Amino acid sequence: MRLWAENLACVRGGRRVFAGVGFAVGAGEALLVTGRNGAGKSSLLRLIAGLVRHAEGRLGLDAGEAELSIGEQAHYLGHQDAVKPSLSVAENLVFWSAYLGGGGSCEAALSAAGLSELAELPAAYLSAGQKRRLSIARLIAVPRPIWLLDEPTSALDASAQSQLAALMRTHLDGGGMILAAAHGSIGLERARELRLGFEEFGPAT
Amino acid sequence: MSALKALLIRDMKLAFRVGGGALIGALFFLIVVVLTPFAIGPDLALLSRIGPAILWLGALLASLLTLDRLFAADYEDGSLDLIMTGRAQLELAILTKALAHWLTTGLPLVIIAPLLGLLLNIDLAAMKYVALTLLAGTPALTFIGLIGAALSVTLRRGGLLLAVLVLPLTIPVLIFGVAAANSAIIGPVPFGPPFTILCGLSLASLVIGPLAAAAALRHGLE
Repeated sequence: MRLWAENLACVRGGRRVFAGVGFAVGAGEALLVTGRNGAGKSSLLRLIAGLVRHAEGRLGLDAGEAELSIGEQAHYLGHQDAVKPSLSVAENLVFWSAYLGGGGSCEAALSAAGLSELAELPAAYLSAGQKRRLSIARLIAVPRPIWLLDEPTSALDASAQSQLAALMRTHLDGGGMILAAAHGSIGLERARELRLGFEEFGPAT
Repeated sequence: MSALKALLIRDMKLAFRVGGGALIGALFFLIVVVLTPFAIGPDLALLSRIGPAILWLGALLASLLTLDRLFAADYEDGSLDLIMTGRAQLELAILTKALAHWLTTGLPLVIIAPLLGLLLNIDLAAMKYVALTLLAGTPALTFIGLIGAALSVTLRRGGLLLAVLVLPLTIPVLIFGVAAANSAIIGPVPFGPPFTILCGLSLASLVIGPLAAAAALRHGLE
């Protein structure tokens, strides 16, 4: 399985965010997307997830499931955690697991994220870091080959960061792919780096 | 299919939990109807003549009350992004959300309407028909409202714009809903024709609403 992009350009709100971006990620590989604020890291991940259209270029997935789009084979972990405060921790996860296609065990995912003891608690009482852990549990509960992580370590404490790094290594060892936007290290030694934003772009013409 | 079932159950749970809008609509409906006799005075003949119209206006405003959170709540916490990357068709996911909205706000209105008819001096035999028009017509209010909810999803205070966008579109539903209800009470037009048109409006909005809302969401989230 291989995710590739050629000469991608993204225009948002009439402004050219990036252009000429290309990369290829194979099974078991990780790509760290870096760049200054506003360089288009989040836009690139949203573009791959199918939430933003690309203005130019091509994006493809070799040897994926032909009937599904790239977004449907990817997990998108954005800045917001998609957690409903009035549902319990377990209810939140069970819903996303069922909606996104299921396949894994929700209990196992909760314990991998270190939330087993909070399963019955309404999610309104979770801290920012615990909500992020709940989002990460979603990645475990529903197996999908591509992980698109937008600053996954924000709000996480040191032990949660190393747990996440371990989960990411397991995912890569199982033939998965990770594209992560980050400013610092996220604990993946073998990640390659894609730097965005060498040049400033003016208004799109 | 199980994805949509999960979405339906989640939306209904959310509506009945803290901060959900399930009973707000019904309570608002109750208050509008209770206030009307105070405003108009104890003229029983007048009340029973305008009763169906009051019930319909109340139902229209009550269903509008909770529509603005339909997509906005999911947009603000990032759920909408995930709903769009799900494997269910976006149109079907939207239809499912609309169904959950109707079951939690439209259906309670239909159920309490016969009770409120007493306050407006509509006798029970006639109230059966008024409730029937609400049952057939309130889905149209939800499905038309979907379009406005999807268009105003990225706006902070989208609720007001939603009302301005949606209310004009509901005029045909209001006309035929009240016409059918009145024909059952005072005649002389038979109940059948306006009621059939009302059902037709509901079915047409069932198809157009989710398609238009999905297009609006895809465009709006860029």
